Amino acid sequence: MLGFDLSTIWAGLIAFAVLTYVVLDGFDLGVGILFPFAKDEKERDVMMNSVAPIWDGNETWLVLGGGGLFAVFPLAYSIVMPALYMPIIAMLLGLIFRGVAFEYRWRTVRWKRLWDYAFFGGSLMAGVCQGLALGGLVQGIEVQGRSYAGGTWDWLTPFSVLVGLAVPTGYALLGATWLNMKLVGRVQQHMRSLAQPFGVATLLFMGAVSLATPFQNDAYLNRWFGWPMEIWTVIVPLLVLLVVWRGRKGLVRGDDVAPFLCALSLFVLAFIGIGISFFPMMVPPTLTIAEAAAPESSLYFALVGTLVMVPIILAYSGYSYWVFRGKIDPEEGYH
Amino acid sequence: MTAELLARFQFAFTVSFHIIFPAFSIGLASYLAVLNALWLSTGNQTYLTLFNHWKKIFAVAFAMGVVSGIVMAYQFGTNWSVFSDRAGPVVGPLMAYEVLTAFFLEAGFLGIMLFGRKRVGDGLHMFATAMVAIGTLISATWILSVNSWMQTPAGFSISDTGQFIPEDWWAIVFNPSFPYRLVHMVLAAFLTTALVVGGTGGYHLLRDNSNPATRKMFSMAMWMLVVVAPLQILAGDQHGLNTLEHQPAKVMAMEGHFDSHPDGAPLYLFGIPDQDAGVLRYAVGIPKLSSLILKHSFNAPLEGLNTIPREDQPPVMVVFWSFRVMIAIGFAMLGLGLWSLLARWKGRLYEWSLMHRAAIVMGPAGFIAVLAGWITTEVGRQPFTVYGFLRTSESHSGLNASAVGTSLIAFIVVYFFVFGAGTFYLLRMMHKSPGTPNLGLRDGPIRTAGITPGLTEDPKNRED
Ligand code: HDD
Ligand code: HEM
Ligand code: HEM
Repeated sequence: MLGFDLSTIWAGLIAFAVLTYVVLDGFDLGVGILFPFAKDEKERDVMMNSVAPIWDGNETWLVLGGGGLFAVFPLAYSIVMPALYMPIIAMLLGLIFRGVAFEYRWRTVRWKRLWDYAFFGGSLMAGVCQGLALGGLVQGIEVQGRSYAGGTWDWLTPFSVLVGLAVPTGYALLGATWLNMKLVGRVQQHMRSLAQPFGVATLLFMGAVSLATPFQNDAYLNRWFGWPMEIWTVIVPLLVLLVVWRGRKGLVRGDDVAPFLCALSLFVLAFIGIGISFFPMMVPPTLTIAEAAAPESSLYFALVGTLVMVPIILAYSGYSYWVFRGKIDPEEGYH
Repeated sequence: MTAELLARFQFAFTVSFHIIFPAFSIGLASYLAVLNALWLSTGNQTYLTLFNHWKKIFAVAFAMGVVSGIVMAYQFGTNWSVFSDRAGPVVGPLMAYEVLTAFFLEAGFLGIMLFGRKRVGDGLHMFATAMVAIGTLISATWILSVNSWMQTPAGFSISDTGQFIPEDWWAIVFNPSFPYRLVHMVLAAFLTTALVVGGTGGYHLLRDNSNPATRKMFSMAMWMLVVVAPLQILAGDQHGLNTLEHQPAKVMAMEGHFDSHPDGAPLYLFGIPDQDAGVLRYAVGIPKLSSLILKHSFNAPLEGLNTIPREDQPPVMVVFWSFRVMIAIGFAMLGLGLWSLLARWKGRLYEWSLMHRAAIVMGPAGFIAVLAGWITTEVGRQPFTVYGFLRTSESHSGLNASAVGTSLIAFIVVYFFVFGAGTFYLLRMMHKSPGTPNLGLRDGPIRTAGITPGLTEDPKNRED
């Protein structure tokens, strides 16, 4: 019984790491996805510099999500990774290109444009692949014994493609609202005006994915339209409407911070929606959280470190954000 | 090509790229912390010039370390899923601790170290720089604990599903080979960095030996060699004794001992191992010396690979030669260190151009030694991933060869392109002498203030 509780706590912690990753790296991937919309090199410089001091910390949450899964749900990790082999590998390759672009593009004159494209392409690829992987996981993974039993391309379905388009669109919304918050002048105006269409597109995708999800699996259908979860079925969309209303107002009025916070909230709500569908599954449709969990000694050992370290990490990561708060000074940088 | 072989090749390829950057960034992070501390405590402009110079090089190397590392973290699941399922309960939490205690620390303070001096002030900037350095060392600690556990597993039981169940975390973390491996690897990182800095210094001394920053970095690097190279040889010797105790077959392969030697084994300097025939061809050796080194007695008996079943033997050729490459480079480092002492004693440290040329040649030697050392360790562990308990042939995922082959080709193409470009940029930055404004590039915000050599400035009221 205790083992069950522990594994549920851990599922919550992993979900927290993944959510933190999605909202944090989401906006800096979004900055990359918006790169082609910049008018000139100066604009690209400030766009990139707005995330340069913090992107590495953001991406570390991805390592924690993956590493945490490996540590406390090794069985799930060893099933999901081969099942989603192609999108995961492509995501890693995308992250390579965009990660090095932060430094490389300052180290060359002739190839600066190339690394601009690498930053854009890598960010977009990472976003698309994360969406494909999420879609692939939600629609279910075939398991036999203790391993993945499907083929190389099982993840590729209309549903996963839909999610694969939705995620980078949402990232672009996050990126646009982030840039609206961090920049001034013409770029800021430009990014604010982009936030509107990306916001609309994000909402449409959210609607489409929400409609399609219950049909991926009967369990999802029952969860959303059975008591007491029905409450959520009503509350989540209401909250979404509230957030959208406030975000739009912020954009129209020209607020700096509110639109970004609203975009973040939208992601949090979408994530809660997915969480409701999932619980208590780890790898739908067969593997539950309790079945996938590592032995108790692993769960305890890792939990101690997590409970001690995560608040400390949040504190100094927050401090780092605080140091680089406010609008970007175009003259600032070390390169 | 089987999926297993492709997965092994992919792991070896990606991790070999990955280790190049950490080996450099672990050493460089500590070097930067020392430079910044010296600048703050002495107010000597030269240290700040060096700090700002190597900081930019560090940033590029670090970025390459991060992106290649993320690949490693996911590769356990994609290519080695059976290993992940079985060994995950032991290995996973250690790697999670690495993320929690090291990666976040490095990433969280890196931004402040690179961008934030003006925003946070010298004190907090120093703190951030130190945190990045400490982060790299903590990272090395955990990952080497993981790797050492795979070499010398301890503190576990095995469940009926085949999972390794942690029983004693203390015994797992401080498994028998961990302290040796940690010391040896951290020293290796320091040596690697010292050689890169020394080689760069030697190169610039040849062009202009009056630049104080160039002189300072060459001198610092040579002192580092003098101190650390002998320590490394000592640590390596102790490491070998530990390996003899826990993985005797690996030592047999390293030494090229196919036959048992009941009264004193020779130390082979050269030879071509023929594993199928079980002989070392063209062997050149010093009688009884191996027994002296490993057992501290000329006549101590040492068993050979003839006592190990063929299917449990590691590939001898690779292990034998990679080991010799590492040792040879280790002694060459010692030699360079001694040479610099002689030069110092004669007062020619900045004038002896032959020595500067030697330093340039030795510049990349640390990387080669690190790779050779890891190849010795890892190939010597074969045919197991968890030594004695889980075979490599049972560890990989049930993927088909075409999927693994495709990703392997993608990694090869991308790595050579991306890390090739990065290495080019690194070399180009090193090619500029320290203090060159903006490293000779016209883009990027120009911040010449504070990096012009020769000016003396008070660390308190300076623009940087
Ligand atoms: C002895 C040192 C050492 C060794 C053997 C390894 N690493 Fe490493 N790794 C580091 C030392 C390091 C580092 C110094 O901490 C790095 C280099 C640059 C950096 O950002 O941190 C790093 C980065 C790094 C990152 C990126 C961290 C971030 O986002 O900031 C990951 C995910 C890994 N590594 C994972 C691995 C895995 C799975 C390894 C084994 C297969 C491995 N490393 C071997
Ligand atoms: C960073 C320095 C490292 C280098 C250069 C290195 C190199 C290698 C090489 C060359 C092999 C191939 C051996 C063979 O197949 O014959 C290998 C195998 C392996 N190593 Fe490492 N390794 C390093 C660190 C690590 C660490 C830290 C871990 C564990 C956390 C690890 C886990 C493995 C595993 C699981 C294999 C088995 C797969 C295989 O046999 O190819 N390695 N490594
Ligand atoms: C000349 C003196 C040296 C000796 C006697 C020595 C000895 C050893 C031994 C016995 C191992 C194998 C460990 C195992 O059994 O798994 C090893 C591994 C290794 N060596 Fe050396 N070594 C020397 C110099 C160096 C130098 C100069 C470097 C790099 C600058 C280096 C880097 C490494 C690395 C990275 C490993 C793999 C990691 C590990 O197992 O610690 N070694 N060394």
